[in-house]
Amino acid sequence: MSSAGESFAELPVKPKPALRRFHQARWDEPIIFELTNPGARGIAVPRPGAPKVELPQGVGRATPPKLPEMSQLHVLRHYLRLSQENLGVDFNIDVGQGTCTMKYSPKINDTFMADIADLHPSQHEDTVQGVLEIYAQLEKMLAEISGMSRVSLQPGSGSAAIYANIAMIRAYHEANGDGHRDQVITTMFSHPSNAACAKTAGYEVITLMPDAEGYPDIEALRAAVGPRTAALMITNPEDTGIFNPRIQEFVDLVHEVGGLACYDQANANGILGITRAADAGFDLGHFNLHKTFSTPHACGGPAAGACGVSEKLVPFLPGPVVDQVDGKYVLRTPEKSVGKIRPGLGVTPNIVRAYAWIMSMGAEGLREVAEIAVLNNNYLMHKILQIPGASAPWDKRRVEQVRYSWQELSEETGVHSEEIGVRAADFGVHYWTSHHPYVVPEPFTLEPTESYSKQDLDEYAAILAHIAEEARKDPEFVKGAPYNQTVHKIDMTPLDDPKQWAPTWRAYVRKHLSGKA
Amino acid sequence: MFRVGLVVNPVAGLGGAVGLKGSDGAEVQREALARGAVPRAGDRAAQAVRTLLARRPDARVVTVAGPMGADSAGDTPELVRLTPTPGPQESSAADTRAAVAALAAAGVELLLFAGGDGTARDVLDAVRELGDQAPPVLGIPAGVKVYSGCFATSPATAGFVAAGHRGDTAEAEVVDLDEELYRRGVVTPRLYGTLRVPAARTALSGRKAGSSGTAPATVEGIAREVVARMKPDIRYILGPGATTLAVGRELGLATTLLGVDVVQDGVLVAADVTEAELAGFAEGAVVVLSVIGGQGFVLGRGNQQISPRVLAGTGGLIVLATQQKLAALNGRPLLADSGDPDTDRRLSGHVQVITGHHESAFYRISPASEEYSE
Amino acid sequence: MTHPYIPNAEPGVRAEMLAAIGASSVEEFYADIPASLRLQRPLDLPAPFVAEYELKRHMKGLFDRNVDGLSFLGHGTYPHYVPAVCDEVNQRSEFLTAYAGEPYEDHGRFQALFEYVSMMGELLEMDVVNVPTYDGFQASGTAIRMAARYTKRAKVLIASPISADKLSKLADFLTPDVEIVHGTEIDDTFAAIYLETPDVHGVVATNGRELAEAAHAHGALLVVSTDPISLGVLAPPASYGADIVCGDIQSLGMHQAYGGGHAGFIATQDHEPLVAEFPSRLFGIAPTAVDGEYGFGDVFYDRTSFALREEGKEWVGTAAALWGITAGVYLALMGPEGMREVGETILARTRYAMDALGDLVQDAEAIHFREFAISVRDSHGLLATLREQGIFGGVPLDDRTVLVCVTERHTIAEIDRLAAAVKEAL
Repeated sequence: MSSAGESFAELPVKPKPALRRFHQARWDEPIIFELTNPGARGIAVPRPGAPKVELPQGVGRATPPKLPEMSQLHVLRHYLRLSQENLGVDFNIDVGQGTCTMKYSPKINDTFMADIADLHPSQHEDTVQGVLEIYAQLEKMLAEISGMSRVSLQPGSGSAAIYANIAMIRAYHEANGDGHRDQVITTMFSHPSNAACAKTAGYEVITLMPDAEGYPDIEALRAAVGPRTAALMITNPEDTGIFNPRIQEFVDLVHEVGGLACYDQANANGILGITRAADAGFDLGHFNLHKTFSTPHACGGPAAGACGVSEKLVPFLPGPVVDQVDGKYVLRTPEKSVGKIRPGLGVTPNIVRAYAWIMSMGAEGLREVAEIAVLNNNYLMHKILQIPGASAPWDKRRVEQVRYSWQELSEETGVHSEEIGVRAADFGVHYWTSHHPYVVPEPFTLEPTESYSKQDLDEYAAILAHIAEEARKDPEFVKGAPYNQTVHKIDMTPLDDPKQWAPTWRAYVRKHLSGKA
Repeated sequence: MFRVGLVVNPVAGLGGAVGLKGSDGAEVQREALARGAVPRAGDRAAQAVRTLLARRPDARVVTVAGPMGADSAGDTPELVRLTPTPGPQESSAADTRAAVAALAAAGVELLLFAGGDGTARDVLDAVRELGDQAPPVLGIPAGVKVYSGCFATSPATAGFVAAGHRGDTAEAEVVDLDEELYRRGVVTPRLYGTLRVPAARTALSGRKAGSSGTAPATVEGIAREVVARMKPDIRYILGPGATTLAVGRELGLATTLLGVDVVQDGVLVAADVTEAELAGFAEGAVVVLSVIGGQGFVLGRGNQQISPRVLAGTGGLIVLATQQKLAALNGRPLLADSGDPDTDRRLSGHVQVITGHHESAFYRISPASEEYSE
Repeated sequence: MTHPYIPNAEPGVRAEMLAAIGASSVEEFYADIPASLRLQRPLDLPAPFVAEYELKRHMKGLFDRNVDGLSFLGHGTYPHYVPAVCDEVNQRSEFLTAYAGEPYEDHGRFQALFEYVSMMGELLEMDVVNVPTYDGFQASGTAIRMAARYTKRAKVLIASPISADKLSKLADFLTPDVEIVHGTEIDDTFAAIYLETPDVHGVVATNGRELAEAAHAHGALLVVSTDPISLGVLAPPASYGADIVCGDIQSLGMHQAYGGGHAGFIATQDHEPLVAEFPSRLFGIAPTAVDGEYGFGDVFYDRTSFALREEGKEWVGTAAALWGITAGVYLALMGPEGMREVGETILARTRYAMDALGDLVQDAEAIHFREFAISVRDSHGLLATLREQGIFGGVPLDDRTVLVCVTERHTIAEIDRLAAAVKEAL
């Protein structure tokens, strides 16, 4: 029995509007310390069952830490609420975080984590033959994909892999009596970690600027190389999405003066099975397993990197590496190894995921990944360039991503690329500008990968077109964003003031709550 | 209450639309109007003011009457009196200077001015006279030539930056071109000095976990690198500019912003030298130059003291620029215009440009005559 | 078949998109890649398991080749209990697949990480804690580099035993800016004294205050590496004068995962010049346009542009944020009482295991937390014998030294079983 009451709407339901009416979760959740409930416990701990150890004065803790006290449901509920206030790859059309290759991370691969959870990195090789086989096979597959001789899976991220490569470059030159080589050459549109890691290792960094065509200036390289050159560290395709067709000449120029060529393959997704690092003569290179090989980004890690090297650099690889001897996998440290990069053998959860992902694709699948990633990118570029005020410097086709510019729109409206990004989130999608310094003015960088459908790309382009129109009609409105998010516009100024900044709750209490009612 | 001064050069930009490449001088202004030019500086200033007031309701515009301010200043500006009252369609450098002085005396916290590089020079002159009493300033781009660093990228942006001003400032260069030469196709930027502008920082930019942390290069970083590379018993000729001034600061020496200085072994050998004096120091010296203006000139613009004769004797060249400045050239070369084509050709080719501490780039220098030989 | 992970591989869609762009084939997009660099053959990879079930079977076959045992392995990776809620939270899609959004659409990530650093701050009694770096090795390396930049000195004095693996990492990472010296003699040329407690042998330092005073007397800093799970019972290093505290958080809710559960922390007091030396991100509270709303953002973001930071600087990148969030969940579940109890249990069972192994134990009179070394005639032989009985008896530090690890997961009966097996094997 139903009492219908007054009718206020009709069937059929009207079609949806052109753009999604998104709103991010807004739980208005307190800081966890405000949820404390003295005496409550989230979990019980096994009691000793053996005599208590008394600690001398000064060695034992004098006062208990002021951690929150909460029952289990309340801890869980707090964190699940916070989890909802995020926009992961699984929820949005994540093409806006260019250079980061935000592709789908298959759920099946996450289920394998339980199978390795309790393995210890110091277990005897005999007891971990399964996981060592995964390491060995993934190394073999990445060696085939890059053409390099051997691959270390130890680095914890792309930047850690770049640093490991620099460490090998340094060790190689020192072993050859070439320790005086103190310059590393990179390009403006290579990933900035190449310059940063080289500097940490004590190198002077020489950057090649793009020429009028958007390619790194090869004449500048010619002028830069010399007896002080330790290495060229270069991304290709660069972060503009442009493949440097003279890459072989770049490598040759560096080799001629006795330097090494190191390939940042962070942008490899569009060239899998198309071209390989070794084919252009590179001596070292690295992949980001959390980019090209699908492991999840996890709020910013754990990630994983893989360093591939040519034959002459194999003795310098981080140790240990997995070798097969008489059908058994064993751990061995290369003779001139740069040593350990991190505890254990690598970020094993991501090694397992990357292995499983390649095993679900095969050679044909990887080639299809590359081709569709590139097709998606050029399709999206076609759509974006139809938006008045958007442009892509250098009129050429791109590989897997494009660095665009809102310069025209920004000059007309005063709305900046960052602000368009915040407004984009109101429609449930991510958006990113680019690394600093901005070489392309008012930049944004889109990388659609193979994971997104044509409809997804159309929706994303429609969102940006809509925001560009808003910027023209009412720039104030765009600048006032966000409107549909967990919180409203944040005033960041206290974060730069030592008297006000609060990097922890205890600092916040001390500076802002103490002595105030 | 946030009191913001406004000065409009109502004739700024007049010449541009009618192909006059500038609006300096009453004659050019009359010519521009005769050719049908419509004043637009007032509209551009009004746009900046609208944005400012929308973003910062506690802001109050303080200005002078008529087209030099009040016409663009919204509903209820606070007016200061200026004598003599300027004519309706004319402005002169003196009027701009007088207005700046009057608004400073009225105690504004920030001064917006609408115009171009010529207006910026007038403001600079006024600010110099005011000394410590001068407020920070910010240019609303409304002129034909807008090469100076003291301008926002658009009127709207000027409004946003003004609204966000909380007192922090930075130095920005004022450069201008000789309009007479500019009309003949010769781009001759000259550095006139620096103005104190709001330190604009975009609250959102770059705060990403995914991005790597290469520190943006700073003028101080460049200066430290130059100093680290200086060798004993070698003379260094420091050209004009904020970057070379930072080199002097790093050395603890009172070098000049606009002049050419000579240093050696941590000592200021000579400051603000003439060409003739410089010739005496040139033998074996290393010349340190920064990039003047947006066109990439390293020689022949504001540093004519470093003449072909001087350059003939020197032993090396160091160019200073941030990566951003090089990037802004969009692949175009740095330019040398020493006045002697042979010298320019000798200097051309790829040079190492110091971009920060332990950082450099290799970049092409071309003779200006070859780049502008249409 | 269209691959389940590649929607636009469907031929009709593919053709439609090419037509929209005005390209005849994807080959056009590769026009910049010279023919000489093109791979002219398919990649030589194993045949794939496209069907999910087949992949699952294949993976199970591999995992079945790993062997379980009663494990007393530690040495940097520890078998602590991982509460179910930790796994529940870090397996959420929303956290697992988020990355680098703004503090609006990714507010939850910022808040969770802010809460993590805040709870670490309480445990450490320090006001500034970073968003996690890769692991404890990296945290030590960066902490020492911070001290060197801060003091403008180029030497570190390592004052406690340290694992060979970590030393290898430090030696590489500190080159060429910081020289490593082992010992206790300090002078004015040192940037820092570096102390580990518990050290590689599980020994708890009792000379922290003397080292702090010695360091400070020479204008150097005291850098202490510790395991936060010990701090429910052990004094936080800040209480005896540590200036920078660092370590690994794997013990706070991360599985061992064959070395995949590591993340590093670095902490200081709120002293601006030292805060300026953090290469890592720091999250802080900021107000929003609406009352009662917490916003978040990067503290002191522009510190990386300070001129002095350009010397010997480090990079920032993707590291181990999810493990920070997880450690926060762990600390919230445990609370002050849980942290005290787990520490007491570990201390007591460690002492029980040392007593059970009697004369073999090195440094038996020292306070040990979780680990101790035993002296044997043949490490590898002993461990092989134990392995035959399903016991992973410890980590061989050399041919005659085995490192034994005991946590709250080891029952008294299991410790007795180890002791009996060791005695029998000898």
